[in-house]
Formats: sequence, C-alpha cells, structure tokens
Amino acid sequence: MATYSRNETGRRAALGLLLGAAVLPFAGTRAHALDVAEARSLIDRVVFEIKRIINSGKSEQAMYRDFEGIFDRYADVPTIARSALGPPARTASRAQLAAFGDAFGAYLARKYGAQFREFIGGEIEVRDARQLKNFFEVRSTVDLRGQSPFSVSFMVSDRSGANKFFDIVIEGVSLLKTERVEIGSMLERRGGDIDRLIRDLRSA
Amino acid sequence: MSWNVFLLTEFFRMARKIGRFALVSAFLALCACTTPDQPVETFDPYEAENREVHAFNRAVDATALRPAATGYGTLVPVPVRMGVANFSSNLGMPSMVVNDLLQGNPGDALHNGFRFVLNTTLGFGGLFDVATTGGFEERTSDFGETLAVWGAPEGAYVEVPFLGPRTERAFAGDVVDLVLNPVNYVFGLEYGGVIVGARAATALDSRFALGETLDEILYESADSYALLRSLYLQNRRFELSEGGVAGGEPAFDPYEDLYGDIFEE
Repeated sequence: MATYSRNETGRRAALGLLLGAAVLPFAGTRAHALDVAEARSLIDRVVFEIKRIINSGKSEQAMYRDFEGIFDRYADVPTIARSALGPPARTASRAQLAAFGDAFGAYLARKYGAQFREFIGGEIEVRDARQLKNFFEVRSTVDLRGQSPFSVSFMVSDRSGANKFFDIVIEGVSLLKTERVEIGSMLERRGGDIDRLIRDLRSA
Repeated sequence: MSWNVFLLTEFFRMARKIGRFALVSAFLALCACTTPDQPVETFDPYEAENREVHAFNRAVDATALRPAATGYGTLVPVPVRMGVANFSSNLGMPSMVVNDLLQGNPGDALHNGFRFVLNTTLGFGGLFDVATTGGFEERTSDFGETLAVWGAPEGAYVEVPFLGPRTERAFAGDVVDLVLNPVNYVFGLEYGGVIVGARAATALDSRFALGETLDEILYESADSYALLRSLYLQNRRFELSEGGVAGGEPAFDPYEDLYGDIFEE
C-alpha cells in the first residue's frame, strides 16, 4: 500500500515537473520539488506570523484564534490526523476518517495554539534547515523569559501536494508521536469505538 | 486541555537534578541494563510493575507534592524561590564538570567550571545565576549521559518511586552521580541538611511552575502512564543527541509510514 502510493506520488511529481518545465518560460511559475531554501522560507513565514500575532497587542483570546489559523494555513492536518489515529485508520470508513480529521484538526489547533501563547514576550528565530530523507527539518530557537532557550523544529514536506509542516518537535518531543500515544489511549479507553472518540474529541 | 511542553522540559531537567540527591536503592545501579532483541521505539518489559509505581507516584503527587508545591509557590516570594533554585542548581555544577571530563569534553568542563566559580563568587554562593546573564548558559550533563557516551545501551524504561520516568541507564547514572558529586564530600557532612533542603524546595518550585501542565498529563490524559513514558523518552533521547551521543530518536515520516506499523510490537 505504501509502495503503491509512493509510486503514485513519484509519477505525479514527474508529471508536475514536465508540466512545470513547459509552463515556466511563459508564466514564470515554479513546479519543482521542495528544497531546503523553500522549506526554510515556509517556516520563516510561520515564525513571522507567530511574531506578528504576539506583537499585535490583541486580547489573549484573539491571539489564541490567530494561532489556530496557523495550523489551518501551514500544517498538513489530514496527514497528522491519520497518523495520530494509527493502524485503526486503515479499517475506518471514509466518513469516519473525514469526521475524525475535522474533530482532530480543531483539537490540535486548540491544544497547540495554546502552546504558542508561551511565546508572548519571548523571541523565536529560525536557526537552520536541513534535509532528512524525504523531508526537511527547519530548526528554530525559542528564547522565553526566565528559561533556558528551547529548540523547536518544524518538519516540512510537499508530499500532500503543497508545502506544509507535518510535525512540530519541541526539545525532542514530537507532536506527531505524542498525539499518536494520546489518541491511541483515548481510542483504547473507548473500546476502539472511533465514533465515540470523534464525539469526545470535539469537546476535548 | 493544553499541557505545556515548554515547561515540561524544564521539569525534566529539574527532575534529573533532584534525582541525584534522592535516596535510591543502590543495587539497581549495579544491575546490567536490559537490552531488547532488536531496536524498538519503546522498550518497556516491566510495564506491569511500572504502572503500579506510576499509580503510587500519582498518589504521592496528589496528596503530598502538589499541595506542598502550591503552598511553597504561593507563600514564598519569587526572588527567594529563584535564589533557592539557583543555589541548588549551582551545587550541581561540579558534578557536571566531572561528567564532562569523563565524557572527554574539556570544553564543557571548562564552561561549567567557570559557571560554578562565577556564580559562587559574584553570584553570592550561587544565589544569583550571573553566569547565564553573562552569556554562559548551563550545559547539562549527568552520568547517565556519560554511560551513553561510553556506549552503554539505554536499557528498559522504568518508573522509579518518587523520581518518576527513567531509562535504566539514566537511573544507574543518577545513583553514580550521587556517589561522584564532589559537593557531597566537601560540604555534605556539615551542610547536608541545607543541600537536601534546597533540592527539596527546588523540586516544589518546579512542580509549582509546571502547575496545570503536569496536572493535565497526570490527571486528565487518557493514559497518563503511556503519555509520560513517551514524553520522557523523546526528550531524554533528544538531550543525549544534543550532547553528541549517536543513535537519537529518529524523526517520524508519516508520508512513508502513515500508520506507523514499525512501532507496533
């Protein structure tokens, strides 16, 4: 299954590359694989937005909503959702997956949007970017008042069809891995009932 | 539901330091680290026992640590709490210098040694962390890391009574650090009470700072044991890889392995 989709992606990428090459001289659009510089510039934008929100002087509640928007625009939420659900995603129906994706997306934005709140009054700088196998790691340093600086990495890929980040790793703690554990436990506690999980996630 | 990962890492740092001064059963330090047949993400052969300890630790937190931390945090003013935390952190420096040297890292040894001298003198016995203000940030190291540098395997995951999550290697390291720490020999007999008191107060302080974050993990997550285990292992492996130890936690690629089958046992 994984091999099949990999080939699919490869074929689509090749096709895109051909199309891009054909269009390039006329429209000046770019359609090539993501590279380190692009991955970095995506996260530069994310960091820029975070800073803009922090310095906006809005109420904390308003900032909170703005932070949630970062996930909508810059993160590959469907992939994060499916990965968090783990193997049960394979047997789930299409409708269940879609409903789970929605509920999980909102849950994620609430939970991690709140994390960005800690950046208020602090500094965040993109440090460097590097390729790791098929994706890119863009590392930033977060300097919060009264604490030692933290490392925050964004994992970036274009394999969803757009340049998106699919993981945030804070001092080695990956959102993806951590949510897999948490969602896995939630599902187990509900006897593997995905519909119940979706319902409860909406109010979590 | 929003536990705070930023504060959590501070907690782990603190927990590691506190661990060195706690009473631990020495025989565990001597036991060889257990190794899995093949590398796995989470090696937890003692899960049943660990879960019992986890329930115990949770009860300790709920009935003693958390209430005491709330009292300490609300009654003692910030500057005093900060001074105590700095003092206790400064006492950990000589031990870090020893480990830096054992790891063959004279640069960090010098760095941490300088921190100790600076904070002990200009920082009034360590009450003020002038070194960090002056650009000499703390570079943590412990004997668990030394063991890792020497090539010792991580061992199984263990949850230790009162101390919380550890790998066998990290726990063995804590025990050795207790024995290795020069501060204990120089001041231990005369000022043992002060040292232990400062550590205890610092533990309360970090529990207070963690507040809701740890509450959410311990009392509101679906499975606090599994969550804490995952958070600890990820963070510990990261810390070691930052310290230059090979074989850190691999990044997870959801596009290659959407369902994460490789993690299934």
